[in-house]
Amino acid sequence: MHPAASVIIFTSLSGLGFGLLAFLGLGLPNVSGWSAFAFFFIAFALSVGGLLASTFHLGNPQRALKAFSQWRTSWLSREGVVAVAALLVMGLYAALSIFLDIRITALGWLGSALSITTVYCTAMIYGQLKTVPRWNMGVTPILFLLYALAGGALLATQLRLALLLLVALTITQILTWIRGDISFATAGHSIETATGLGHLGKVRLLESPHSGENYLTREMVHIVGRKHALKLRIIATFCLGLIPIAMLAFFNLDHISALLVVILHIIGLFVARWLFFAEAEHVVGLYYDAR
Amino acid sequence: MTALPPTTAKKLGLVIDLDICVGCHACVINCKEWNTSNYGAPLSDQDAYGANPSGTFLNRIHTYEVKQDAKPAQIVHFPKSCLHCEDAPCVTVCPTGASYKRVEDGIVLVNESDCIGCGLCAWACPYGARELDAKEGVMKKCTLCVDRIYNENLPEIDREPACVRTCPANARHFGDFADPDSAVSRMSAERGGMRLMPEQGTKPVNRYLPPRPKADIQTSGDIDILAPFLEPVADTPKGLLGWLDKALEAL
Ligand code: SF4
Ligand code: SF4
Ligand code: SF4
Repeated sequence: MHPAASVIIFTSLSGLGFGLLAFLGLGLPNVSGWSAFAFFFIAFALSVGGLLASTFHLGNPQRALKAFSQWRTSWLSREGVVAVAALLVMGLYAALSIFLDIRITALGWLGSALSITTVYCTAMIYGQLKTVPRWNMGVTPILFLLYALAGGALLATQLRLALLLLVALTITQILTWIRGDISFATAGHSIETATGLGHLGKVRLLESPHSGENYLTREMVHIVGRKHALKLRIIATFCLGLIPIAMLAFFNLDHISALLVVILHIIGLFVARWLFFAEAEHVVGLYYDAR
Repeated sequence: MTALPPTTAKKLGLVIDLDICVGCHACVINCKEWNTSNYGAPLSDQDAYGANPSGTFLNRIHTYEVKQDAKPAQIVHFPKSCLHCEDAPCVTVCPTGASYKRVEDGIVLVNESDCIGCGLCAWACPYGARELDAKEGVMKKCTLCVDRIYNENLPEIDREPACVRTCPANARHFGDFADPDSAVSRMSAERGGMRLMPEQGTKPVNRYLPPRPKADIQTSGDIDILAPFLEPVADTPKGLLGWLDKALEAL
């Protein structure tokens, strides 16, 4: 799949933002006044910024409100509805605790639950697609949730928890890559099932239906850049997991080094998210004998 | 509404005969012509006369080579447009309700004034049947020529999809698969009409008739029964020719 900047930024940043909101709703860290303002500001900037980025790839963003209507069947619609609910609830909770120093625990918990649900819905937009076997795995939502929680814990300075979550995340990410590598073959798709011509022999594309590119080949038959996949996986593993884990486990972090850990983690997150799209193969590639 | 109807009264769709399609792309052109000048936004082209042309089409023809070991390859032209699936994943993923499947005849359509152009439905379709128009930013797909098949302003003979009407080889047929006696149902039953990528569980309405296996062509031994008569009469020339042959070699 084409790794468009807008979807990479959207899923990464909004995941981090909602992860941080989930912790803030639980009162972690227990802050008030200006320092509460700073935490909430970062959380809203990330989650709202991410959601706005997602509208950049729409053909007709002026109709975006219509996307709230089909929550009964569509994960994309559900994501929109739950995200807005989470932002409203957490916005109220934040305003009360920053300006009036009132903490309504139940409201915070509700906001937390909605934030986590938003991340789950984002993951299911991809996880539901049978056409992309690498995404269509039970582990996809778990992976997205771990990214949000580990990153959220880091940003919320819950370092003990962040260490545990980063270990879980790194292991899950590596296993997901390994399982993902065989997902296409396991799903049983081939150019023969796509064309139904398998009974006549081995099928290959002789002539493409069009001489140039089209929407399908640009969007779904993206094969550039996969040759560096292994190197990028190693870079991602070190940045998002191994180095932050080592620093959290063996050093006493001050503000500067903690910021460094956060930045490294976010770089790793971007690389891993780029791979999530670039490595994903869509079955329509079979008709083009390329995937 | 993006919930799928449990069942539809009719199941309108196409039979595409892979044994007959000659790959002339006439249906591609007539589809583009009809659908760019009738229902919905026109099908735009980008850089049409430049170095890197591309554009929106609702129907495309792939050409495959099928090969068995030690046999000559067989060429199969493969038209592909929306299959109007019974379990259409493109419909249920749509966040706006723009994509829907009609209860009365099963045609899958996009209401362009509701479409935000998110592209998710194209990701959900296994067959590459949906293309986002680069100019209009809305999703385009085969309408089964809904504005022809019921159109009483057209002569009756033209009340079928543009691609079916134009095919010079009669490789495309239009009809109702819910009626077991319709021509398309019978054709599909007789010839083993197949559904593409059945493992995706989309239950396509359109069926493809498999190409008949080619008669075996001989590639070894005598190619032709007349060949023995064309053998050179004598390997070593005699008489005058023999003398000439020897004399010329001695030179
Ligand atoms: S062929 Fe694709 S676009 Fe058409 S109904 Fe099936 S899934 Fe939807
Ligand atoms: S591109 Fe349009 S029709 Fe397709 S899912 Fe998005 S809103 Fe629905
Ligand atoms: S039925 Fe109409 S819209 Fe569909 S492929 Fe044929 S000509 Fe194009």
